[in-house]
Amino acid sequence: MTDTITIDDHQVPFEAGQTIMEAARAAGLYIEHLCYNPAYQPHGSCKLCSVKVDGVIQTACTMPAIAGQKVESDSPEMKSRRKTLVEMIFAEGNHYCAFCIKSGSCDLQALAYHLDMHENSFNHRYPVRVIDASHPDLILDHDRCIFCGLCIRASRDQDHKNVFTMAGRGKATRLAVNSETGKLGDSTIAADDAAAHVCPVGAIMPRRGAYSTPIGERYFDARGIDEIDNASGKL
Amino acid sequence: MRSTTPQGNCDVIQREPGQKIRIASCSLAGCFGCHMSMLDIDELVVEVVHHLEYCRGPLNDVRELRDVDVGVVEGALCNEDNVKVLEQFRANCDLLVAVGACAINGGLPAMRNHFGLTACLKEAYLDAEGVVNPEIPRDAELPRLLNRVRPIQEVVKVDYFLPGCPPPAAAFTELFTALIEGREPAFDEDMVRFD
Repeated sequence: MTDTITIDDHQVPFEAGQTIMEAARAAGLYIEHLCYNPAYQPHGSCKLCSVKVDGVIQTACTMPAIAGQKVESDSPEMKSRRKTLVEMIFAEGNHYCAFCIKSGSCDLQALAYHLDMHENSFNHRYPVRVIDASHPDLILDHDRCIFCGLCIRASRDQDHKNVFTMAGRGKATRLAVNSETGKLGDSTIAADDAAAHVCPVGAIMPRRGAYSTPIGERYFDARGIDEIDNASGKL
Repeated sequence: MRSTTPQGNCDVIQREPGQKIRIASCSLAGCFGCHMSMLDIDELVVEVVHHLEYCRGPLNDVRELRDVDVGVVEGALCNEDNVKVLEQFRANCDLLVAVGACAINGGLPAMRNHFGLTACLKEAYLDAEGVVNPEIPRDAELPRLLNRVRPIQEVVKVDYFLPGCPPPAAAFTELFTALIEGREPAFDEDMVRFD
């Protein structure tokens, strides 16, 4: 007999070693997430996939599935908590959807739509961050970085280049580039690296091609994020 | 975290039969794009004039503001005059609706928050290429600029939010229709867009 966990009203089978997120995805259930990408080790940092496991809040992407768990995910309380987290991410950075080249294909924006976010309950910080335009093929716009660490994992585990790291703590946290000058242009990243295409928001974007997809045909124009999962690297 | 009560006060508007809902609007630090979208409600305008009275705003150039049911506010706060107008709207409108990216998160005007006020003024009036008679304007008639551009809900309580740059005409259609029918507006997914 296969072991199962209960996610909301669904009996979900799982294999040994799977996380709650993996079991849910295999069963076709969507749990909101930003820093999770099935291609990489889970990070558990964005907290969007927080679920209640037997009454205790855990991140679904890191919590192993254990037979008999009762998982609460698609409830008004968890949705509300996730919406608050998305609001915090918007308030923490500089996310100007109106003229962002990632608009329409952005996981953060799509999640805000999905969670019915119309405004922000938090005061915007408007942090001063500087764009790194030193690379001939890529732009690193720190304004839009949400510190999901996907580029770090992609560069380390897939490209084996270790181009990115997280520096600083708390509100001084920033994405740092591993090069002598700290500039992307002096790093070993190349335009076709996985790290150059994994960003779920518009922080690491290819040059040339901005706004090339007309409104109406962008990744999330026709469907919600719960239907396509994530838009890493898409325009 | 501030306490806002978004999307849930439409029933405060009580009308006598035949009495019109009084609407006022303003554009603070905005581009009037939201007003253009508001005017883009097509044939609904025929229905709207029977039920709504546009009593104050840039569309009729009336400045007086009193006994207003619904205030529609476009644009962010970038100077002291913006704050004054916004506070007048809050004091005189039963419901306040924030429309557009600028009102809700600062939008395009908030890009200057990156640079600081002095640097912006210097760049615009002293150092920019082609500036003749460089001087930062200091006329007493000019409202003083705020150090940082702010969204309106950081200063007053806002009842409804129509995001978008601009919000689609369909969102205004739904807002006006709900007001006329005396129900809560229900904004479909395609009416909530940040771009």
